[in-house]
Amino acid sequence: MTKRLFVKGNEAVAMAAIEAGCRYYFGYPITPQSDIPEYLSREFPRLNGEFIQAESEVASINMLLGASATGVRAMTSSSSPGISLKQEGISYMAGSELPGVIVNVSRSGPGLGGIDASQSDYFQAVKGGGHGGYHIVVLAPASVQEMYDLTMLAFDLVDIYRMPAMVLADSVVGQMKEPLVPNSRPATDLPAKEWAVRGKGDGEQRVVKSLFLGDGELEAHNWKLHRKYQDLKSHECRWEAFHTDDADLLVSAFGSTARIAKTAIMMAREEGLKVGLLRPITLYPFPERAFADVTARTKKVLVVELNTGQMVEDVRLSVARDAEVGFYGRPPGAGSLPTPEELLEQIKKNY
Amino acid sequence: MRYDLFIAGFGGQGALLAGNLLSYAAIIEGKNVSFFPSYGVEKRGGAAMCTVVIADGDVGSPVIGNPSVMIVLNQTSLDKFGAKVKPGGVCIVNTSLVNLDAFERSDIEIIRVPMNEIAMELGDARMVNMVAVGVYAAKTGAVNPAALEEALKSALPERNHKFIPANMKAIIAGTEFAASKSS
Repeated sequence: MTKRLFVKGNEAVAMAAIEAGCRYYFGYPITPQSDIPEYLSREFPRLNGEFIQAESEVASINMLLGASATGVRAMTSSSSPGISLKQEGISYMAGSELPGVIVNVSRSGPGLGGIDASQSDYFQAVKGGGHGGYHIVVLAPASVQEMYDLTMLAFDLVDIYRMPAMVLADSVVGQMKEPLVPNSRPATDLPAKEWAVRGKGDGEQRVVKSLFLGDGELEAHNWKLHRKYQDLKSHECRWEAFHTDDADLLVSAFGSTARIAKTAIMMAREEGLKVGLLRPITLYPFPERAFADVTARTKKVLVVELNTGQMVEDVRLSVARDAEVGFYGRPPGAGSLPTPEELLEQIKKNY
Repeated sequence: MRYDLFIAGFGGQGALLAGNLLSYAAIIEGKNVSFFPSYGVEKRGGAAMCTVVIADGDVGSPVIGNPSVMIVLNQTSLDKFGAKVKPGGVCIVNTSLVNLDAFERSDIEIIRVPMNEIAMELGDARMVNMVAVGVYAAKTGAVNPAALEEALKSALPERNHKFIPANMKAIIAGTEFAASKSS
């Protein structure tokens, strides 16, 4: 067996970025994700990488846009208030079809809010946080291993689909330490970046832009983006199913909340209650099919979130028509992280 | 098998190092583990807590509402968290700093350990956390002492490896204390 390391979730993100070949990082410090820039600022110099602590979040996302336009693997990371500032740049990247990995180790809001775990950025992440009706890939890690593996996957997906991706974590998965197998970068067939700007020389002119003024040009561009989102839905949905086969009640949660729910489900199973968990790993594309399939049999669903109800809307749109979807959530903030015991009570109430 | 543990003390007592050490030992034994720390904004003197969940299979939640075992290193931690120990669970209390007179829990096992005194007798007051780890390991069998000794190499920075024998002595003192209480 490969030696297992014992690392923080945030460090796992940074390690995966390096293994994925990312050598350009632009960011601005904010709790609870600063371990990521700390790690990369230490490691990049000896790897001939470029680490820039920018003057602001707005600057760092635009540096990411610029680096990505040259065809290199690049990333930024921040936490909720900083991610809000980056939305304009993310919209421009989506419009320009630029790859790029954005990590949100989210914290509670609105505004400066607090530094505790939160899932209140779900809507912002999956519905296109900036203007223009775009989407980005959104991955939701629930363990330190997934912080690593999904960051690695994000770098491949952005290159394959030519669009930005977000790793949507929170301060629990960011700060906790767990065993990690630092998997090698998988061999993936990646399309050549024939669009990347590189100085014209004798070659053809290449332009990376999100401005399309010609008659019909922008509509065609948006249809193209739309087709990519359909492709993502067909090919890239990922989820974890835990004891769903015989479940009378299906619990659904993502990220750290899914971990808490899992223990509650194990406790419920010990008491003889048939409860299962469906955990979306890709929040965009949302695993609609998986929900339709499980709820063809299991008619009771309980969605649990660390917010007052966001993913539950996508669950309601995905389940079988005769499934009942209940919700339990608490707004994020110091002391509001639910315990397994608390979720067990909710399971019993909804069973 | 699953073991969940909550350790609480003030900054500087080594609550987080104790949690880290147990986690490394669990990894050495091929188990799964989750370590979730929380602490105040102060460097020293603030609260320092962590949850450690060790399991052969799926670890599940990194946070626990009612831990099966709690290690309480100072008075504030007992006052704040003592009521949360799971009924039928175990509370390992540092009686050097904690007064149990007002603590009324007859539904849990309380192990009274004068950790500071034991550490001082070994010549180093900073070993309080290691005594606690020893008591915990002996009481629960969550990890074995050999794995703890190996784990110290990972949990302590290289410059402190010369203190491994002293740490190990404190861990053994803890296991022996636990054994004397249960016999």
